[in-house]
Amino acid sequence: MTTIEETALVALLDMPSLLIEADKVVFANRAATALLGAHIVGQDVRLALRQPDAMALINARDGGHAKVKGISVSGSLWDMACHVLSGGRRLVLLQDLSIQASVARAHADFVANASHELRTPLAAILGYVETLEDAKAGDDPATRARFLGIIRREAQRMQSLVEDLMSLSRIEAVKHDRPETVIDLAALVREAAGETQASITLEMKTAAPNVAVQGDRGQIAQVLRNLIDNAVKYGDPTKPVSVILEATPDTGWASVSVHDEGEGIAPEHLPRLTERFYRADASRSRAVGGTGLGLSIVKHIIERHRGFFDISSRVGEGTTASIMLPTVQG
Amino acid sequence: MANHTVTAVDSDIGRLRGLISEMGGLAEDAIQKSIASLMQHDLDLARAVVAGDARIDALEADVDRLAVRIIALRAPMADDLRDVIAALKIAGVIERIGDYAKNIARRVDGMEFRGKIEPLILVPAMADIARSMVHDVLDAYAARDKELAIEVIRRDDQVDNFYDSIFRNLVAHMMENPATISSAANLLFVARNLERIGDHATNVAEMVHYAATGDYLQDRLAGQKSA
Repeated sequence: MTTIEETALVALLDMPSLLIEADKVVFANRAATALLGAHIVGQDVRLALRQPDAMALINARDGGHAKVKGISVSGSLWDMACHVLSGGRRLVLLQDLSIQASVARAHADFVANASHELRTPLAAILGYVETLEDAKAGDDPATRARFLGIIRREAQRMQSLVEDLMSLSRIEAVKHDRPETVIDLAALVREAAGETQASITLEMKTAAPNVAVQGDRGQIAQVLRNLIDNAVKYGDPTKPVSVILEATPDTGWASVSVHDEGEGIAPEHLPRLTERFYRADASRSRAVGGTGLGLSIVKHIIERHRGFFDISSRVGEGTTASIMLPTVQG
Repeated sequence: MANHTVTAVDSDIGRLRGLISEMGGLAEDAIQKSIASLMQHDLDLARAVVAGDARIDALEADVDRLAVRIIALRAPMADDLRDVIAALKIAGVIERIGDYAKNIARRVDGMEFRGKIEPLILVPAMADIARSMVHDVLDAYAARDKELAIEVIRRDDQVDNFYDSIFRNLVAHMMENPATISSAANLLFVARNLERIGDHATNVAEMVHYAATGDYLQDRLAGQKSA
């Protein structure tokens, strides 16, 4: 087979493909130049593929397959195939495995984190129970009362964690079907604001008393409850939490923002707050009984409702969490 | 000069640039593996990173030899000469980046944390940024992309911010948990090494910009500030 025919064939491939001869890239098809840049043609192959695993495969006598990380963007995963052609030329084919890999990694991380989060309170419970079984500590009423209090608190923490995990998996199961029932967002906001003991200023910037959105009543109530709980827990207890509902008929969107005047959250944490078990301040989250899943639940519910969720914050000034939901016209 | 016919100089410089890219690929891999060994407390992986640094050092020597040969035999001029000078300097910097990754891997054995303390969660996020700087500066080198080089330099502030945040966090952690001081001190060195990797990626970016344009970026940025 001549090189011209090889080139024509490689040009037809959809996957990023390179022809290599004497350590130089002699041809790259369109997918390959889109991935690695047009500059690679005619260059030393190491300027196109510098990853150690990729280099080892290109230099392997018989070619083969390898999984290579970090081609194009760092963190990506590729399957690379290297075939030896006549005249010592080599054909390199690349296949993107990043999506499968990130799903698998997210799942593994989740299992590892969940078991870690469940084991911590469990270890505390077992430890205190063992101590109580020892007559020296168990017979002293003050110690017993204190330990039982700790056991109760840890057990409650496990309970809320299990509940949050259950509701997260329930939401995930239905995340592709949008709820069909129409609910009144204004009534839900009033209800959620009324449930809490803390002082809340409620502002309704709406044209009509009702704000109709297509949604699951229980889930939207859970979102509002989570956001208000967070603002109360992390806000400044001497200052009220403000909840603002805004809906103007012409935009087609209703928004609820929950604002606190707490310490705020540093910018590096903001993008990661909706990750499961991610905590901006781990010890504080535990102290107020947080499971690390609240905002993850909020994000999933809002996505199911085809809405948007956003958190903005300034250190020293406070935090605003807002959701936007499409309204039902008429 | 860009269109001159293919000569022995071109082919030698192509090889020189290939060597730099190969070194960079190894350094990038070493950073990723050193952090992975830290997070998983994988001592075998950490040892492999330490051992692997010799390969980077050997490549640096190859770069030196080839650069000297090109200067001696081919008398490169103008942008060819800039390429050779930049390659010499970049090889030295990448060798240092490799050393920092090796230092991180060496400290894995001295760290034992129960559970996930907060600074330990920040370290991989910081490492991701430092590694992405190295990754992108190598892409910029391969493509002679001066805009990407400038973008990498801008990102260094993020790494510095992370370092400050980890530093404060660790000092607080050490005061609350004196038993973990030696582990925490090791972790502080890890963060320091990552911060240096970010600085060195910036140095490479400046050389990439120099090789591509002939301008020293330091002068240009300084000029912008005073203007």
